Amino acid sequence: MNIPAELRYTQTHEWVRLEDDGSFTVGITNHAQELLGDLVFIELPEIGNSCKAGAQVAVVESVKAASDIYAPAAGSVIAVNQAAADAPESVNADAYTAWLFRLKPDNASDYEALLDAAGYQQAIEG
Amino acid sequence: MQKTVLNEAHRALGAKMVDFGGWDMPLHYGSQIEEHHAVRRDCGMFDVSHMCAVDIAGADAKAFLRRLLANNIDKLKQPGKAFYSVMLNAKGGVVDDLIVYHLDDTHFRIVINAGTTDKDLAWMASRLIDWKLDANIAPRRDLAMIAVQGPNAREKVWKALPEARAASAEIGHFFAVQAGDFFIARTGYTGEDGFEIGMPADRAEAVWQALLDAGVAPSGLGARDTLRLEAGMNLYGQDMDEATSPLDAGLGWTVDLVAARDFFGKAALQQHGQQRQLCGIVLLGKGVLRGHQKVMTPQGEGEISSGTFSPTMQQSIGLARLPMGVTFGNTVQVEIRDKLHAAKVVRTPFVRFGKVLVNF
Repeated sequence: MNIPAELRYTQTHEWVRLEDDGSFTVGITNHAQELLGDLVFIELPEIGNSCKAGAQVAVVESVKAASDIYAPAAGSVIAVNQAAADAPESVNADAYTAWLFRLKPDNASDYEALLDAAGYQQAIEG
Repeated sequence: MQKTVLNEAHRALGAKMVDFGGWDMPLHYGSQIEEHHAVRRDCGMFDVSHMCAVDIAGADAKAFLRRLLANNIDKLKQPGKAFYSVMLNAKGGVVDDLIVYHLDDTHFRIVINAGTTDKDLAWMASRLIDWKLDANIAPRRDLAMIAVQGPNAREKVWKALPEARAASAEIGHFFAVQAGDFFIARTGYTGEDGFEIGMPADRAEAVWQALLDAGVAPSGLGARDTLRLEAGMNLYGQDMDEATSPLDAGLGWTVDLVAARDFFGKAALQQHGQQRQLCGIVLLGKGVLRGHQKVMTPQGEGEISSGTFSPTMQQSIGLARLPMGVTFGNTVQVEIRDKLHAAKVVRTPFVRFGKVLVNF
């Protein structure tokens, strides 16, 4: 199971990386891309959008199914990875490199409330 | 969960397995898009042993099928000739779709869907009793089936099974031949050339391995769905069901309302006529069409019955049940997550023999 220890996670299969400037970089986990299969479309949020924790902010679609992507914390979108939207298969190839969007959190401490690698592993193993 | 005789072979190849109508089947072996391309460009194979072959034999076998099927069994004159048909209920809804092979005048083989097998067998048995006809309906659970599809499919089958070459080299599309243990049919569900091969279940693993050794790409249900949709072929349960008339599901070409012959469901079809039309649609922008999305047209609302992303066209495509009066070339609006997206109505198939046939 590929769950990098340096990242945090949500129950809904997003990974979160805390950047030096305090922003959160968000993508989908390797487990999520495996469940979805070949990705063919990614709808990214708009830069400047603010969102609540758990709000649906993006969509990834595989040949098989569409899946909503949720904000891991309340905040505003400060960047999106257009390269991932242009090549959705890059998420299949390396889910932890092909990030989707970057969030400026309203509360920096929300990071601590996210699952760590062990917690996420437990979550997906049920 | 039911398993085909190739279940272990799929797992050995690292297949992602899914529950498909109660059967444990491979969805893909890594990438369903790569498997799709393999079938369009070279050759892929599918375990279709979950589908049930049923032999219908006896003095009244032909008379039985003449009443059971919406297509006219009298069209199958030559030994080995096959066609596609639906069987209907009293309301003209589709009980199932199937392929019939004419073996001889008292012996036919049909292949029905996996998820409907029990229902179909019960349905056929009840028809046989009602009509007091003399025929035997025998499900052939002793057979496994492998579909080998793609421009190089036949050559690779002959490489893997050289003993089958002589008997199957000359058969045309929609013909089948018995070659020793192998029932070899030039049919498929992909829009490509190829064979569907029935065989005794205990030979399937060795045949699968021989095909792998010949360079045939194992392909799962994921690729099977994108291939059939590009080929404009219906999927039972999605594009039609017991509440859908074949006329409204784009299957009017399989229904013979002209001949004097009566068949079950004919009266209902004649009474209701065609209410809707099944058309191809291509999404013009980004996104993915899915079943049950609403389609807005100047003639009223329609619905997508099957939608996916076409790996060949690199665009989303679907089949949609639309109001009468919408025509090919029209632009319609599809509702995806509460937003309207433009799509073009096109004639199917989208793709045939490796070539894109629609303009969008």
